[in-house]
Order: sequence, then C-alpha cells, then structure tokens
Amino acid sequence: MAAEKSSNAINRRKLLALGASAMGSAAAGSAVAAQALSNHDGMLGGPAETIAGTLPWREGAADAPDGEAGLKYLTAAEMAFITAAADRLIPADPTGPSASEAGVPNFIDRQLAGAYGQGQHFYLGGPWPEGTKSQGYQSRFTPAEFYRHAIAEIEAGVGHIHGGKAFKDLSTDDQDKLLHQMESGILKLDGPVKSDAFFTMFLQNVKEGYFSDPIYGGNKNASAWAMIGFPGAHYDYSPWVTRYNEPVPVKPVGLRGRADWSRS
Amino acid sequence: MATQMKPVDVVLVGFGWAGAIMAQQLCDAGMNVLALERAASRTTPESFATTFDQDELRYMWRHHLFQNVQYSTLTFRNNVNQTALPVRHLGSFLPGTGVGGAGVHWNGQVWRWLETDFKIKSHNEQRYGAAATAGLTVQDMPMTYQELEPYYTEFDKLCGISGKAGNLKGQIQAGGNPFEGPRSAEFPTPPMPMTYAPSLFEKAAAAAGKHPFPHPSANLSTSYVNPLGAQIGACTFCGFCEKFGCGNYSKASPQTAIIPYVMQKSNFELRTECEVLKVEKSSDGKRATGVTYIDSAGQEYFQPANIVILTAYQFHNVHLLLLSGIGKPYDPKTGDGVVGKNYCYQTMSSVNVFFDDKLLNPFIGAGALASVIDDFNGDNFDHTGLGFIGGAYIAALVTGARPIEMVRVPTGVPGWGLDWKKAAAKYFLRNFSISVHGSSYAQRGNYLDLDPTYKDQFGRPMLRMTFDFPENDLKMAEYCTARATEIARAMKPASASPSPRKAPYSIVPYQTTHNVGGTMTGDNPANSVVNRYGQSWDVPNLFVTGAGLFPQNPGYNPTGTLAALAYMAADAIKTHYVKAPGALVQA
Repeated sequence: MAAEKSSNAINRRKLLALGASAMGSAAAGSAVAAQALSNHDGMLGGPAETIAGTLPWREGAADAPDGEAGLKYLTAAEMAFITAAADRLIPADPTGPSASEAGVPNFIDRQLAGAYGQGQHFYLGGPWPEGTKSQGYQSRFTPAEFYRHAIAEIEAGVGHIHGGKAFKDLSTDDQDKLLHQMESGILKLDGPVKSDAFFTMFLQNVKEGYFSDPIYGGNKNASAWAMIGFPGAHYDYSPWVTRYNEPVPVKPVGLRGRADWSRS
Repeated sequence: MATQMKPVDVVLVGFGWAGAIMAQQLCDAGMNVLALERAASRTTPESFATTFDQDELRYMWRHHLFQNVQYSTLTFRNNVNQTALPVRHLGSFLPGTGVGGAGVHWNGQVWRWLETDFKIKSHNEQRYGAAATAGLTVQDMPMTYQELEPYYTEFDKLCGISGKAGNLKGQIQAGGNPFEGPRSAEFPTPPMPMTYAPSLFEKAAAAAGKHPFPHPSANLSTSYVNPLGAQIGACTFCGFCEKFGCGNYSKASPQTAIIPYVMQKSNFELRTECEVLKVEKSSDGKRATGVTYIDSAGQEYFQPANIVILTAYQFHNVHLLLLSGIGKPYDPKTGDGVVGKNYCYQTMSSVNVFFDDKLLNPFIGAGALASVIDDFNGDNFDHTGLGFIGGAYIAALVTGARPIEMVRVPTGVPGWGLDWKKAAAKYFLRNFSISVHGSSYAQRGNYLDLDPTYKDQFGRPMLRMTFDFPENDLKMAEYCTARATEIARAMKPASASPSPRKAPYSIVPYQTTHNVGGTMTGDNPANSVVNRYGQSWDVPNLFVTGAGLFPQNPGYNPTGTLAALAYMAADAIKTHYVKAPGALVQA
C-alpha cells in the first residue's frame, strides 16, 4: 500500500515539475519544447548552436520555417491521409489558404508528437465501457494512438472497397462521401475506434491548426487570420472601441511578430 | 507516516478567490493563516505576460490554466440508470488549478442575486401557488439580500468593478439595472464603453421597451487603486480574458487585487504543490483536528489547525466532505442526507446574429463587455401560465473573437468544406452571439456522490456527478431564447440562429464553469450542510466557502455571490467565532 502510494506520488511529482512553469504543458513529453522552456528561463549549459538565415523553429516558441519541416510522429502514409482529408475539410480556393497551404498537416504531426498527442490533460485510466454521446471521449488511447488506429482502419476499408487505393488517390467526391460517413458514424471501423469520434477530433485539430498562432506550425504567415480579418495577438484596441462599422487597419500579427519583420 | 506540522490558527484548503479573501480578512484580524494550494504559484509577469498570453491554442484548447484531468477528474452520467464514466477531457466546464484558481481565467462578470432569488421557494409559492416549485428541490437562503449587501459592496470595491447602479439605496437610477436590489454605493468605476454589437443590442432592446444597461465588469474601464493598495489598470480590449490570465493587470483577480497584499503579512504562509487528502476529526467526530496533505514529492503531512476552511472549487469541497465523513451524504432514492444534494449548473442558451452590412470587429472585446437586459431574469416578469420559474439575463457579450472557438456560420451552412470556408471568411467580422444566461434549479435526481468504480491518483473514489436539465429549466431556456431572438431580429440582421439549451446535458461542448450546490447553506441541519456562515452543522470548527453553498443557481454568474458569502463568513469568524468558538447558529 505504502509502495503504491509513493509510486503514484512520484509520477505526480515528475509531471507537476514539468507542468509547473509557464511553458509547462508544451514542455511535458517534448524534448524540443523543453529546450524552448530552458531558453525562456535563461538557463545556461545547453548545447552550443549556430543560428543563421532564420530563427530555429521550436514549436510553441517560433514560427515554422517554409517547406517541409520533417515528420515527428506520423508516417509518410499517415501524413498523406491527413493532408488529403484536411484539404477536403478546408479546400483550396481564392478565399484563402487550404488546410495544407496553411501548414495544418505539419501542425497535426507536431501536436501528436507533443504533449497533446501523448495524452496530457486526458484521463485514460480504465475500465473503458462504451459511453453515451453526452459522456464524451471514452477511449483508452492517447490522441496520437487514436489517430494511428483510426487511419489504419480507414485506409484498410478504403483499400478493400476501392481495389487497394489509398484515401489520397480517391476522387474528391469519394473522399467527401467517406468524410460524411465518418462524421455521421455510418462508417464502421474494425477495432475500438469509432469513425465519428475520430472525425470530431480531426475536424477540431484541423481548425486548431488553421486558426492557432503561427508558432505551432499551421496558419502559415497568419494567412488564415488574414482571410477572416482576425488581427491576431494585438495588445491594445482602445482607440477602436467606439469607432463603429470601420475596418481596423492592422495586419495580422502572431506572438513572434510577423514574417516580414524578420525575413527578407 | 505523515510528518507532524506546527499548529496554525486557520488552514485554508485552496487559494483562489475565496481562499485569498479569507486569508486577507483573518490575517488582518491577527490570526495565523496557512493556505495549502494543490498546484503551482502563478504571477502576472511570469505566467500571463502579454508576450505569450494571447495564445488561444495553449490556454483554451490545451487547458494550460485549467484543472488537469490526468490527475484530478470526476465521473459523470445523466441519470441514476446509467453508469457514470470519467470526464476524460474537459469540455462543458473548465475549473482552475494553482494559485488564483479559476479567478485567473474568469471573464470578470460580476452579479448580485435579486432580492427574490434569496427566497426562491417561498416567494414563488406565494406568488404562483405551491405547484410552482413542484418537482424541484429549491430552497430559500438563510439570509436576505439586505444582510449580504455590505459584503457584495466590499467585493465590488476590492475589484474596482466597472458599472452603473440601477438602484441606489432604493432610488432607481437611469442607465442601470432597475431590477437589482438596492445598492449602498455606486460602482467604484464607470461602465466599460460599448463596442458596435452591444450598442446595436442596446438600441434594439430599449426600442422594445426593455431596460438595457452595461454589464458589471471586473475588466476595468479606468485605472483603480483598491482599499488594499493594489492598482488595477485600464483594460485595453485585447479580447483574451475568459480562459486566459490578464497580462495587463486590468482584470481583477486574486493575483491583481489581493494576493500581493496578503503575501506581505507576517502571519500568512502559502504552501503550493500541496494537495489536501482529508479533513481529520477528533475521536468523537465533533471537531476537525486539521488536514492531511501530500506534497508533490509524495511526502504526507498532518497540519493541525484550530479552524479548517474549505476554500477549494465546489467539486473539491464536496469531495473532501464525502471522503472525510463529514455531514450525511445525500441519497436520491430516499431524499435523505445533504452532502452532494442540489447540485446545479447554469442553463446556457444563445442566439448568433449575422449581418451582411455591418462590420462589428468582435475581436475588440473584454470578458464582461456587454449591453444586457435583466427583464427576463428571476421573477422580474410574470410567470403566470408559463409552466416554469426562473429566467435568464440576455446579453450582447463580446468577450473577444478567438477564431478556433468563435468562427461561427449561419444555420444551414455545413461545418466544413468550401461553403463553410466562404461563410467563415464572410461573417467573422460581421457576427456576434447573444448570451441567454439562465437559472438552474435543483431537482431530486441531480446530485454528487462518490463513484463506486473509478479511483483518483491517491486511491480515493472519484467524485460522481449525476445531472440532467430539469423540465423547468428547459422551458425557461425556450422562453428566454425566444425573447432574445425577438431583440436579435429587431436589429435587422441577415440571419439569426437561436440555440435554446436542450437535453440531455452533455459533458462535451463548453457551456460554463458555474458548478454549484452540494454543500448548501440553510437554516437547519436537516436541509443543509452548513449554516449561513458556511459553518458545518456537524463540525463547528470547519467552514466551507464557494458556490457549493448555493441551494440552486439563479440566472447570474456566481463569483459575486460566492465572494460576498466568503466576506460574511470571515466577518462572523473574526467577530464572533474567535471569542466563543462553537456553533454560530443554534440548530
């Protein structure tokens, strides 16, 4: 009994130590973000680095670089599914960027590799009977595991129906049809993951990537904010409070400023 | 083996609004006060600075300031015929953790109950007959509005609340809420200026013969120095209040208004990362001897104290009483027992309003920036023939427009795809939401107890919530949302989308963090857990604070009333209890 208590307590201590500081939730489970945390804290003793061209991307601390950032959690096949599906949820058109043009797949990969994907702020203890819709998420899986199971089952189903094709190779009509079936839960998956529960999480994560601060890898150059007219992390709107029905002439800015402040 | 600690006069369990108020009041009265807080210290410059504060993903969606369900959650079911399952990810409500509690990430909406809210049962039965409360277990408060008024005013002054009185010492004032109980003083600071959307609402509501007024706000319209010497700055309308800390010192919170003062007191000590496991009792069960707590290193301590005050969030206060065997647990089958009884929530509805021709710029906002009407709240309107009691305030609240949460599209537009994208782009700057902030009244089957299956990290049974919306409250939501929709349509929008709250209650979508009841206050031990001063009927040196004291939830945000109740309890402890420790109200 005493031993059990103390091992619980040690777990809690470790996790609290990570969760205690300002950058905490980004830090837990992510060495990259932990390094960003130590920079914020002015700690000495880290490895020497040469920085040139642009600020290094530490998720949560600087904007993502242009181009491929390298996968941290997803496999190339999973990334292809995420990219194709996200671009049906937010397609390309002149209104604004598509999900992938805004970097959403990159965002999701980083989120799944980091604290969120590893289940920070999720309670995953058993037992795990099936719940009602009102009882919400009842999986034993972390979001990262949940994605892995769901994508595997969806792709297996797609391959079975469409002669070995992957989701990314389907027509956009067939892709939309599948997404609607996932949304309504009609698409039955083998294994413990339900298609509607996955769709809910995926749509939420896509919108998070599209509209969150550019430091997380999506919303590239604040392009999704520019599309809707959100100015971003502005600190003071006092002069505009009572100026009704007028556009506020400020460009979107993220927590790390704007790309054109630091890039030529 | 628990380490024995040096005795203190008072130990506080939790250090949010109620804990900070108790610490200040009792330290000033010369008592040695220790606060135990389960999570970390948080300060404005370290934890909410404007260089990283306006981060919707990190705070709202990754729950950075909220209770972490990995370590502390509860189970939930809609009714006793279901099996409760853990809340595995926060959604419907977002309790806080750490120094300042949920007072760090609140919106700053500060309300008083109506005079009739203090006598919900007797007033409604007198006006509408005994059938008015049938099916509900509502009950009167053991004090009147007039008795609580000085403490409401004390909290207003602590925070510097911005607003306009509608009833000053019985005189109705133009521009304020004409339905409110008499105030002894005008608000400490003038109302917030209105942005475009609330100004449209104000005009439409006034034209319809209603009584719009500026929402009372803890985001201040101008800088203010409170009676403790703390300075609170003028709000800059960045629109990141709710679910966020304020880096600008312009939202009154425990951090800005009270903790800097308390921390200077030599008779105060705060221990963080210390979670209370149990209130310990004397062998005859009539006295609390102190509390057992565990720190983040896993070490257990016994902290002796003359007075134990539960100042944690409502869920945890109920949980601790149940785990400590204090008070009789409520049994919904027999109706006996009181601990966990009358758990209530808040019945939140809304009307989204979309314009083609008006640029509203809803990102210019603050947590309590609104024009609001109270015409359909409580018993401010005739309920004859309506089939329900209670009501809602209806507010054009523009708290900001964080886009992951607040990209809204008109009814009929799908939730994704090209049409969604085009509507999101078209309407983001041209829509706002009218809040219908409704009452939640107690019924027999809604309660809190200990879960029979799921255990927390310390091996204790989790708290279990059984809740669904009573028929009374669903009818109220339908009626009040229809009134809000009339005002919305009077603004001549392109479209309006009403969403009256429907059953079943779901733990998933965010509604509000106004969880109340379970440690309710009353005038005798048979109908309540604590007396009017929050003092346990069973263990007189144990006090409980917080919204758990509410026997039901009127259509208002709870912080103003829970703070007033904390001041009233502190007053009773320092002026009466310390002179003659024992029951302050005879059972």
